[in-house]
Amino acid sequence: MTQSEQTATGGRAAALTPASRKAIDLWVAKYPREQRQSAVLSALTIAQEQNGGWLTTELMDAVADYLGMPRVSVYEVASFYSMLDTRPVGRHKVSICNNISCMLCGGDEIIRYVERKLGIRLGDTTPDGRITLKVEEECLAACAGAPMMTVDGHYHEHLTPEKVDAILDALE
Amino acid sequence: MSAKPEIHDDQVTVEIDGVAYRARKGEMIIRVADAAGVVIPRFCYHPKLPVAANCRMCLVEVERAPKPLPACATPVTDGMKVFTRSPRAIAAQKAVMEFLLINHPLDCPICDQGGECELQDLSLGFGSSVSRFAEKKRVVADHDLGPLIATDMTRCIHCTRCIRFLEVIAGQKELGGIGRGEHMRIDTYVERAIGSEMSGNVIDVCPVGALTSKPFRFTARAWELREYAAVAPHDSMGSHIALHTRGGRVMRVVPREEESINEVWISDRDRYSYQGLYAADRLTAPMVRRGDRLEPVEWDVALEAVADGLRRAVTEGGPDAIGVLVSPTATLEELYLLNRLVRGLGSSNIDHRLRQTDFRNQEQAPAFPSLGLPIEALERVDAALLVGSNVRHEQPIAAHRLRKAALAGAKVLFVNPLDFEFHFPVAERIVADPAGMVRAVAGIAKALGAGGAGDTPAARDFLKEIRPAPAERAIAQALREGERASVLLGALAAAHPDYSLLRALAMRIAAAAGATFGELPEAANSAGAWIAGAVPHRDAGAVPVLPAGRDARAMIESPPQALVLFNVEPEFDCHDAAAARRAAHASAFTVVMGSYGSEAAREYADVLLPVAAFAETSGTFVNAEGRWQGFRGAATPPGEARPGWKVLRVLGNLLGLPGFDYADSAQVCDELRAKAGGLTAEWRGEPGDIDIVESARVTGLFRIGEAPIYRTDPLVRRASALQKTELARDAVCRIAPKEAARLGLADAARVEVMQGEAHAVLPLVVDERVPEGCAWIPAATPGSAALGPSIGPVSLRVAP
Repeated sequence: MTQSEQTATGGRAAALTPASRKAIDLWVAKYPREQRQSAVLSALTIAQEQNGGWLTTELMDAVADYLGMPRVSVYEVASFYSMLDTRPVGRHKVSICNNISCMLCGGDEIIRYVERKLGIRLGDTTPDGRITLKVEEECLAACAGAPMMTVDGHYHEHLTPEKVDAILDALE
Repeated sequence: MSAKPEIHDDQVTVEIDGVAYRARKGEMIIRVADAAGVVIPRFCYHPKLPVAANCRMCLVEVERAPKPLPACATPVTDGMKVFTRSPRAIAAQKAVMEFLLINHPLDCPICDQGGECELQDLSLGFGSSVSRFAEKKRVVADHDLGPLIATDMTRCIHCTRCIRFLEVIAGQKELGGIGRGEHMRIDTYVERAIGSEMSGNVIDVCPVGALTSKPFRFTARAWELREYAAVAPHDSMGSHIALHTRGGRVMRVVPREEESINEVWISDRDRYSYQGLYAADRLTAPMVRRGDRLEPVEWDVALEAVADGLRRAVTEGGPDAIGVLVSPTATLEELYLLNRLVRGLGSSNIDHRLRQTDFRNQEQAPAFPSLGLPIEALERVDAALLVGSNVRHEQPIAAHRLRKAALAGAKVLFVNPLDFEFHFPVAERIVADPAGMVRAVAGIAKALGAGGAGDTPAARDFLKEIRPAPAERAIAQALREGERASVLLGALAAAHPDYSLLRALAMRIAAAAGATFGELPEAANSAGAWIAGAVPHRDAGAVPVLPAGRDARAMIESPPQALVLFNVEPEFDCHDAAAARRAAHASAFTVVMGSYGSEAAREYADVLLPVAAFAETSGTFVNAEGRWQGFRGAATPPGEARPGWKVLRVLGNLLGLPGFDYADSAQVCDELRAKAGGLTAEWRGEPGDIDIVESARVTGLFRIGEAPIYRTDPLVRRASALQKTELARDAVCRIAPKEAARLGLADAARVEVMQGEAHAVLPLVVDERVPEGCAWIPAATPGSAALGPSIGPVSLRVAP
């Protein structure tokens, strides 16, 4: 039994799979013992993966109870970071940068183009559950390749409508 | 650096607006400025909360700093020059104000905070008259935070004082900053009520109208209210409160600052209980029983009836035929006059210890129960052992001080009959049935060397067989090692069948460990009741009375012919609810003097006298430190209700007792002060001998019943908003999982609870916090009003 399993006695920690716990434990081990909550961001990422890309309240509670921190503190973290989703998502997450460099290079047009193409607005998911367009993605530090977007975490730069078509159409 | 001898190393000189001040190195500019009376605008800064520096309103100019700095988060350094009113500082403050107002609605005319709003006040000085912001303002959806706190989150300026209060002071982080940037909102995220027993303080710390009082909402404007200083009427801390009245009616209660007691906080019980003043069953006219009916009568008729009834009882049955049970929330003046009345009639049957059942060794008790140290000192203990105490619900303010101590590293230790949840780390806890509690406390005493050659024979005999368990040794060691250690008995120790024994052992622990000994008295005037002589064995001023009169338990077990209940509801306020109610019925002449005429009272009362409630009468409370705190009447009593001391004065005169011609309540208090002013809480003789172990004799299931936080006295039981909270839930029966299995109740949803002839059907909950051999069934609730001793034998069976 690992240290963190011992402390994860009560609450909803059981909602985390053994594999998730094991992965979280690797992160917990990197911080001082009394600062387990430092692993919250990694833990939420792992929990999100376990659930197909988004966090239920139950999973956030599980992370809170597992790390021994107030549940609302976990909600704060989960609702702050754009790579964490607290509502159901599609199979692929598309984030189109809307910050200054991309905006100057036509990022807005790309966003409008994608919205029209998929028939959804930023923040929505296609009815077939294929793609979620993430809302208000801020700078992803690829200004040299503006306009840019990420698809499931992979960077795509110098976007044009044709390029976007090719990328998005290839998604299952 | 100057070489003057009076200058300490940690002192620096800082100049604010051209004036030099001495300050501690590292102190924030805003603290130095506040101490000097220099006004710096702020929203997020609060002297009792950690610094967040997120509102930026307190920006000031500091010489040689490239940009304005937040005064709340900038430590002073030697020679620092601060400008709070320079053009640069003012420009920065005005710019921040403009940003804060961008999203703030202009709904001051319909906002409860209007007139006492920090944003409103500061915008007068720093806001501009016209907004340059022409875009859409953001709107935030409100979520229900429960029956006590109203929200208008669109008004929120994200200062996070409420978040920090709940996290740092209340010790239970229930609100957070959800979302980011413009979408950030203060929320619970999952819809639920704020559950802290101190939650109402978020209303006070909120600088805007985002969090306001739900019961007070839309009922009055701040400038219509008159403020009266008062003392909180529930727990024994004596928190300073202010009553805000309009037209003689209490509209709300807010804290008054008193650093040595409640700092700037009050519990929700103290804040919202005023609603009970306006309950539907307030007594508004005297009533006398004629046949089967209670009829409203004039005061003189009712008082004559009481005088006649008492006189008749004395004539027929002697002085022992009368008895008085009085609430420990009565004022010192009421208690003293009741005492004079009873003793004037030759009796000593008067008691306020309604939830107590063990009165052995009362002769040795100190003049009044006391904490044994100032409330303030609770936060500086290194170790504290609490026996039989859910301090968080009994005295939230004491719990707050202990929490500070615990967070600073103090070891807080418990011996409790239930595994209560605390908002601070508990170093060691022993959870055991009543007999187990005695054994545990004995074990700690033994581990500290009690029962040795110097102890009394009975103690040596009793402790001979005790073998301290590891947890008991750990507690003993923590107490011994603590430089400032304290042993405290709580309400569940006072209601314990072996209270005297617990007390005798706890005092041995304190003496052996070099700790202070004290009690956490139950009610606002428990200490005052002792001082005023509302105990059968002592007159006012702690003068011994021989022979002693009958204590509360004796009066309930064999009721006197004439029984006076002063603000007591027997079915809720007494150790044995069923027996107390029976006694009220059995007594041939029952007088109810109080603020309420409940259904139950109307059944057993022969005369009902409407007495002014808290806030409606002047009086004095003595808190757990022995501090006498007087207050004036602030609200008008309803109908014919009169202050208790006046009613008792007239009664005394009608009965022909000498010296009942008081001009005002201050005169009553002065008379008592002359007799009792110098009393201290010293023990009188040995801490008590050690004799019979009543609780250990019981085999089978034991009921543990505390008076829940919002059920402790008639006033709070009628506070409608508090009664809607989670903490005010009606009684359920809780037993340990193993106990449920043993009793064959694992699948039962409801059980029949039996205590002798008394029984009730309650929902059953399996709960690991209950030790085996116990059933947790709260007292003072409608569901348990028909039951017997709140700590005593009980049996359960599946409800039919």
